[in-house]
Amino acid sequence: MNKIKASATTIYILFLMLPIYWLVSMSFKDTSEILGGFTLWPQKVTFQHYITIFTDPTWYVGYINSITYVGLNTLISVTVALPAAYAFSRYRFLGDKQMFFWLLTNRMAPAAVFALPSFQLYSALGLFDTHWAVALAHCLFNIPLAVWILEGFMSGVPKELDETAFLDGYSFPRFFIKIFIPTVAAGIGVAAFFCFMYSWVELLLAKTLTSVNAKPIAAIMTRTSSSAGFDLGLLAAAGSLTIIPGAIVIYFVRNYIAKGFALGRV
Amino acid sequence: MSIKTENNKAWFLIIPVIILMGLNAFVPLMTVINYSFQETFGDNVFFWEGLKWYDQILHSDRFHSAFLRQVMFTSIILSIEIPLGIAVALALPRKGALVSLCLVLVALPLLIPWNVVGAMWNIFALPDLGLLGKMINGMGIDYNFTRDPLAAWFTTVLMDVWHWTSLVVLLSYAGLRSIPDAYYQAAKIDGATNWAIFRYIQLPKMKSVLIIAILLRFMDSFMIYTEPFVLTGGGPGNSTTFLSIDLVKIALGQFDLGPAAAMSLIYFMFILFVCWIFYTIMMKDEGK
Repeated sequence: MNKIKASATTIYILFLMLPIYWLVSMSFKDTSEILGGFTLWPQKVTFQHYITIFTDPTWYVGYINSITYVGLNTLISVTVALPAAYAFSRYRFLGDKQMFFWLLTNRMAPAAVFALPSFQLYSALGLFDTHWAVALAHCLFNIPLAVWILEGFMSGVPKELDETAFLDGYSFPRFFIKIFIPTVAAGIGVAAFFCFMYSWVELLLAKTLTSVNAKPIAAIMTRTSSSAGFDLGLLAAAGSLTIIPGAIVIYFVRNYIAKGFALGRV
Repeated sequence: MSIKTENNKAWFLIIPVIILMGLNAFVPLMTVINYSFQETFGDNVFFWEGLKWYDQILHSDRFHSAFLRQVMFTSIILSIEIPLGIAVALALPRKGALVSLCLVLVALPLLIPWNVVGAMWNIFALPDLGLLGKMINGMGIDYNFTRDPLAAWFTTVLMDVWHWTSLVVLLSYAGLRSIPDAYYQAAKIDGATNWAIFRYIQLPKMKSVLIIAILLRFMDSFMIYTEPFVLTGGGPGNSTTFLSIDLVKIALGQFDLGPAAAMSLIYFMFILFVCWIFYTIMMKDEGK
């Protein structure tokens, strides 16, 4: 039985790794090798594609843009979600259920529906083609998600904690920052992870809201593949590099992954 | 769960969320609703059209076929990803040094930007240069996802399974981890079969996370845009043009604001309706 389980796990992970392997190996092949024929691994390892990316500003600025708006978005989403999640987990108030459901409906809104009006909105606000536009627009799906995750974690914290703190004379803001936030740190980590993830992988809104100055790396890749001929090696190298930030983030939260994915609801 | 206190001042804690969501969700949604009833020829001049666009969309073959393709795609990937995800979660090691490594590797596809996923699978499945394409053609099957609709579907579904099964795996795994060892020991003493353990211990414990998994997978697959757009561009022909791809074509490609807006709302309402059913089930469960 255990052997079957181990081999099933291995096969599944191999299946996950194969396309990634192919992308990475492609990025080390030179163009003539890619077009010349089929090779399982690079016959002559070349770094030319990576050198192009790190020396050409139109390429590496894309990474800086992406990381900037993703970071901003994660910060905004988690910060505003914290008090709201607390309200939902602790209090009953007029329209709380409706409000919570309305928030979740935004997580269900296809980005394609919001692309055009968001473009018009941020153009009108004069924020078009800035990191702020993308960071704010991604709040559309990240705030509901962060509220949802944090609410789950906060409901797991006994109410006696709040009551004791208030009896000890803590004011609400002081209690919230000094006691409550450290208590739900794991939940904040998980929420931040999800916000990072969804903002990092989303492209439709990010692409629609930027043209030059804040263009995400993922959009630069699409442009290159269509206009400057199909340079597979360069595309593969750029793609491989986009995997790295995600891998780093996963490494940091690896101990919370199993628990966190249950959104505090197990 | 402790009983909640009645306190309407809690609204103050939600104000920041309301402001941001108002800007990002409410304003664009109202714009879409506004467009869906009007006709424009540019220059910000609008004419009232009533329900014309809704009527047009609901009777258009193009919308029907995109909708059908979307429902088919979502059903296929749900029926593959949910069972497969549960199976892999059951097979993953529960203890030991390998746990972290396995989880990190399993989570990796989730953090790759969606268009990179599309580009990666494009390179992977190219019939002449890609590993997958070469393998399938090597088995004597004629495979070219850019020309054959069936191959395009196969590749798109496989890509989605590759991309998203991990989410189901991680959620189910989290559910499984919450089962105390004592349950398994008791089952062993009673001589329960593996199937009985799964059916009466593991599945009930996974129920709440599985509902979340199904909900997330339904919404996200129903909104899928970037990956198939990069992989197949909606083709060959229209064979993999799902709802979002079609919508973007109408809205940003042809700038047909009215029909695009009406289609957006019908699309959104459908997702909402299905999710509302799920949500009701979920809340009923939590109330118990």
